[in-house]
Amino acid sequence: MKCKITAACAAILLTASTIAMPASAKNVIRWASQGDALTSDPMAANEAPTNSASRKVYDALIYPDKDLKFKPWLATSWKLLDPVTWEFNLRKNVRFHDGTPFTAADVKFSFERALSKTSDFKRNISSVEAVKIIDDHKVHIITRGPNPILPNQLTSVFIMSKKWSEKHGVTTPQDRAGKEETYAVRHAMGTGPFKLTLREPDVRTVMVKNTDWWGLKEFPHEVDEIVYTPIANQATRVAALLSGEIDFLLDPPLQDLNRIKNTPGMKIKQVAQVRTIFLGMNQGKDELISVKGKNPLKDKRVRQAFYQAINIEAIKKKVMRGYAVPAGLITPPAVHGYTEELNKRRPYDPALSKKLLAEAGYPNGFSIQLDCPNNRYINDEAICQAVVGMLGKIGVKVALSAIPKTIHFPKIKNRETDFYMLGWGVSTLDSHFVFGFLTKSADKGWNGTGFKNQKIDDIINKIEVETDFKKRDAMIQQVWQHMRDNVNYLPLHHQVIVWAMRDKIDLPIVADDGVRFIYTKFKK
Amino acid sequence: MLAYVIQRVFQSLLVMVVVAFAAFIVFNFVGDPVDNMLGQETSAEEREELRKDLGLDDPFIVQFGRFVTNAVHGEFGISYRLQRPVADLIAERMPATLELVALSAVLALVFGVPLGVFTGINRSSWISQLILIVSLVGVSLPTFVIGILLIYIFAVNMGVLPSFGRGGVVEIGWWSTSFLTVAGWQAIILPAVTLSLFQMTLILRLVRSEMLEVMRTDYIKFARARGLTDRAVNFGHALRNTLVPVITIVGLNIGSLVAFSIITETVFQWPGMGFLFIQAVGFADVPVMAAYLVMIAFVFVMINLIVDLLYFVVDPRLRADKAVAAGN
Repeated sequence: MKCKITAACAAILLTASTIAMPASAKNVIRWASQGDALTSDPMAANEAPTNSASRKVYDALIYPDKDLKFKPWLATSWKLLDPVTWEFNLRKNVRFHDGTPFTAADVKFSFERALSKTSDFKRNISSVEAVKIIDDHKVHIITRGPNPILPNQLTSVFIMSKKWSEKHGVTTPQDRAGKEETYAVRHAMGTGPFKLTLREPDVRTVMVKNTDWWGLKEFPHEVDEIVYTPIANQATRVAALLSGEIDFLLDPPLQDLNRIKNTPGMKIKQVAQVRTIFLGMNQGKDELISVKGKNPLKDKRVRQAFYQAINIEAIKKKVMRGYAVPAGLITPPAVHGYTEELNKRRPYDPALSKKLLAEAGYPNGFSIQLDCPNNRYINDEAICQAVVGMLGKIGVKVALSAIPKTIHFPKIKNRETDFYMLGWGVSTLDSHFVFGFLTKSADKGWNGTGFKNQKIDDIINKIEVETDFKKRDAMIQQVWQHMRDNVNYLPLHHQVIVWAMRDKIDLPIVADDGVRFIYTKFKK
Repeated sequence: MLAYVIQRVFQSLLVMVVVAFAAFIVFNFVGDPVDNMLGQETSAEEREELRKDLGLDDPFIVQFGRFVTNAVHGEFGISYRLQRPVADLIAERMPATLELVALSAVLALVFGVPLGVFTGINRSSWISQLILIVSLVGVSLPTFVIGILLIYIFAVNMGVLPSFGRGGVVEIGWWSTSFLTVAGWQAIILPAVTLSLFQMTLILRLVRSEMLEVMRTDYIKFARARGLTDRAVNFGHALRNTLVPVITIVGLNIGSLVAFSIITETVFQWPGMGFLFIQAVGFADVPVMAAYLVMIAFVFVMINLIVDLLYFVVDPRLRADKAVAAGN
């Protein structure tokens, strides 16, 4: 036994030097997060990590910068010519990674591809009726009816090379019901700051600096190579960071943040994410699934009682370890329409809650089921457990059902839940995105509250087409105020994202959780 | 003999169909893949349309029938998650799992059998006691705890072995191997040890108890009386007679190594089939789950068959009985 151990030790010592990162002149960033992008095809899956990966290789017409401000990108300027015609001037002297020049034809092609049947982006830009080529560097985008937030919707419509797509037979995204893998699933041809050189799904993705990128003057980043490795297990992810095998971790678990912070040479950065966590209460039905014969949630007093029974500071401190921003609104600060005033929470007041319940005719409370995902949001199940305890204090017996997201979300969309947790991120950074999905009445889909108000629906429809921004903003405020007053959702908190990285890397954290490597600086 | 093998192959086909059937019943409860495949902005109609295209709304018996028909043609469809053919994915991930399993099995045998013999012979020595106590830890600690523990010691504290991935692999045709580079060997050590500990303990304890049994038999006493060396007695006669149960267990356990490498692969981000499967479950990626389960069933059945055949090799009495029974 003894000799075995010594032998093992000797072997380990021998190899020790080879594991350490070899010193090289290249600036390589090795980074990790829990899951890989689904595909390299920028239109086949509209999912945040996938879009974030696409943004490194592909450029869109407009770029959400590190502060989520819209920046001219492949489009240098745009204006509304008439309510349905947008004119975009395109950047000149831009080339794809293979050297093909970028022109208006690529833009037209990419929009048509994004609108095709198998695209997952057709809904984002469903208002686009046609793209007209005016000249090589000017296009007109014609919309069906006025669409004031068209520019917001274009930040994830990535421009692909027409020539390359035709050559490789990928003029439409992968058909999921098909049998073959298309070329674009593991290959990419964009104009972006990095070139995709290796794509092994679930294992490794390597990108190298595009030294001919048009934006290098404005963003003289120092990253020569990016190596991404997904690591599904939380503990392994942290271990890989601590052992120096990766330089940057996108999603360190909350419980390990102190450990990382206290490790020499490591730092963490945090910011309120563009995602708010809240509870939905089904107020539309006459009878709930878990409450027979009646629906207490129809009564605004009951909803308010629920709201004011939640001690959000306790959840922030105990469950979220301080990494959360209590919310009074179901949309976060980065979204157009958010105000501090609207975000003020109703105070925590269990005595008032009890009174309200009694007034509503439930002095002894009632029983209800809370449905909660257990693998979607940061500490989702633990938050729900805390809610169960807090509502228990005002006499409401809550049965918790915490299930995987693949089962949870269909429950909301098919109206099979009375009381549920949901989180909502806003890709367009505009309130209308929230209203359209979560406020507007619908029989199916994400608004599981059953909330129905014709007046509000009408206003939301107007917001969609109003191009006078002053009028539009006033209407947005009106809808938010109505939602606040009626407590049709129970806001919990804006999720806070935390990134962990080595000291030598200076990388700004972005509220949409998408990494912008073009801002990277290295400390010497 | 040939008839026997053919009969077993048919049995295995039946087992695979039954497993697929059971799997398809379970798939009704893993959730809605369409939800993961489309962005949150997608309309209800688009979801319906995709469900229809994928045939997810068909009754489960129709879905099952379609799966079996396609599988017979070697067609497993496209992964909902990675949008690549399932057959390609499994072929790509298989070398990682098989190498991991092979090395684990070797480790388990190389350490398990000698230690079992040692503890069986030197029952009361303190080293034996120590080995047994340590081995108890091996069976009682869950795999993921052992894995994390090893990562903590060797990757974080000592910084000598990588905590995840396969390190460097070399492609030989479609097979990617870890065994040809230093980085590959470094990367495979921790997961292989993690995966082998349970099996090692099992083999150790099995060999030990079999040895204790055998050492009491008359023929061992007789061998000693004849003045044979300890080595000849212990390994030539005693160990050999303990091997039938050991082969059974090892054989069956190679099946479980393949099947249960899921946890080890997840902890070490080992890009094998188990990891592919667990990712598929999270995504409700039905084509991958179905193909994986059927394949695992196949592996189990095949290993069973090989084990049965090995009995003939190891135990001459079985051959004789068979011959007598056949009237030869």
